[in-house]
Amino acid sequence: MRQILFLSGKGGTGKTSLAGAFAVLTQDKILADCDVDAANLHLLLDATPIDRGSYEGSKEARIDAERCTQCGRCLSICRFHAIRDTLEVDSLLCEGCGACATACPEGAIELLPRVSGEWIVAETPVGPLVTAELLPGEEASGKLVTFVKRTAGDLAKARKIARMTVDGSPGIGCPVIASTSGVDLAILVTEPSLSGLHDLERILDVVRHFGIDAGVVINKHDLSPEISERIEVFAREHEVEMLGRIPYDPAVPAALVEGRSAVAQPNSDAGNAMRAIVDRVETILDDLDGKEGAS
Amino acid sequence: MNITVASGKGGTGKTTVAVNLALALNDVRSVQFIDADVEAPNAHLFMHPEFEITRDVEKLLPEIDEAACKVCGACAAACEFHAIARLGDHILVYPTLCHGCGRCRLVCPHNAIHEIPQRLGVVESGRARGMPYARGTLDIGQAMATPIIHALKDEIDPDRVTLIDAPPGTGCPTIAALEAADVALLVTEPTPFGLHDLKAAVGVARVLKRPMGVIINRDGIGDDRVERFCESEGIPVLMRIAFQREIAAAYAVGTPLIELDVRWKDRFLALFSEIEEGGTT
Repeated sequence: MRQILFLSGKGGTGKTSLAGAFAVLTQDKILADCDVDAANLHLLLDATPIDRGSYEGSKEARIDAERCTQCGRCLSICRFHAIRDTLEVDSLLCEGCGACATACPEGAIELLPRVSGEWIVAETPVGPLVTAELLPGEEASGKLVTFVKRTAGDLAKARKIARMTVDGSPGIGCPVIASTSGVDLAILVTEPSLSGLHDLERILDVVRHFGIDAGVVINKHDLSPEISERIEVFAREHEVEMLGRIPYDPAVPAALVEGRSAVAQPNSDAGNAMRAIVDRVETILDDLDGKEGAS
Repeated sequence: MNITVASGKGGTGKTTVAVNLALALNDVRSVQFIDADVEAPNAHLFMHPEFEITRDVEKLLPEIDEAACKVCGACAAACEFHAIARLGDHILVYPTLCHGCGRCRLVCPHNAIHEIPQRLGVVESGRARGMPYARGTLDIGQAMATPIIHALKDEIDPDRVTLIDAPPGTGCPTIAALEAADVALLVTEPTPFGLHDLKAAVGVARVLKRPMGVIINRDGIGDDRVERFCESEGIPVLMRIAFQREIAAAYAVGTPLIELDVRWKDRFLALFSEIEEGGTT
């Protein structure tokens, strides 16, 4: 199974817009939306849910007031400040580690499963999509990402699908790291701003830290030709391929308002640039297949 | 007063709002800036802070004493995060999965686990444009952002108006930044993505029971569904920032709005007056 993953460090650079273009233009793939805090890919793809369920990714401590002797051992052992002075559990802070349950001399604390989100399998006109929604304030985002990818992997195997297109989350932390497992190529989408460049540097460090090949896309490159040039210099100096540049184009938000990818409409400037990027990435993946076939 | 600027969707303009509100208020109030977007901190590109103090934020990672370990697997069985595994006659620790809770050490019957601090990132503090400034930065390859945000809260001066630039999303890092807030400003854009993620952010602010107001950035690029949502939910839209190429170009090179056009200063002061007078719900 070949996997491509869209990342950016900085949010709002156009990961999902580009992932949507790949969804429309490529064949034989499953889609996985791993931006579980803000999963948006389905909004471009006319998705119809066919299966869904609660995701119990974490646990939560519960103190049995009858058995509790108010010794305060839990309060002193908890490193997440999740036990209040009144010896009650603060749900938002509890990580479900169970240290308090182990420490409690009365056995008055148990860990209960906690619903941290919902997973959804949907059919779209361009292939199956696995997505998820984290409930407000839940902390199991990395685990939910892993669950989404595993579900997508299983479904792909059952349907003999060869590729997975993964939309990642912004940042460089827990959900991002979880989304990188098994990825062949990370497509780093940036924008021509000092913030975009700064966060590109960080996300490139992260994917290299985990040994994943990367390429760079500059979205809305014409909004600052000066910073776009700096990003290209950065890419050259760090030996990461420039996969393409997408111009600012009002057709992108216009298509989004209609619930479509910009490539679903003919001849927008941004859509044409996205097409070229899809072609380049397909070539890279075909080369990988070829190399593996040869060895 | 702590004002946390948050959003469900990334890249909607949190930093723009936080920076310009802080700069507009700087002449009339004691202000402070905290960049809590620790995975992608960017406000320094506009604020140019000079840091005086740097402190590490750490978690405690288990280390197995091979001589004492009987490979019983009690630690692996107790770890809720699958950060410890028994493989053959070895115990393996996966640092990025470990939350540093210490349960493994508690359950080990052979006292074979001790804990060593591992750096997650740093908190830096100093001054920028005449105001106290602090930021947190998560180290490359580390997964846990939340402890850094909690550490940043120690920098809050209760006598000041504190602008907190939050991470995007709705998960634990965002919660950590919103917990410190007296008021939440939710920045969005008028597109289906912006609307979808705004709904999630509103859900978080409601779980935390924080008064909130919405700011629509890039106004004009999409449709009016965000406005209609805010109206039907009774959430005030406190400001609209139109999409203009010159605003995007100024942002690109780190120029705050109020330096691009001084009229923005009055608009941000008016935004603050509205927040102070209880214009949030």
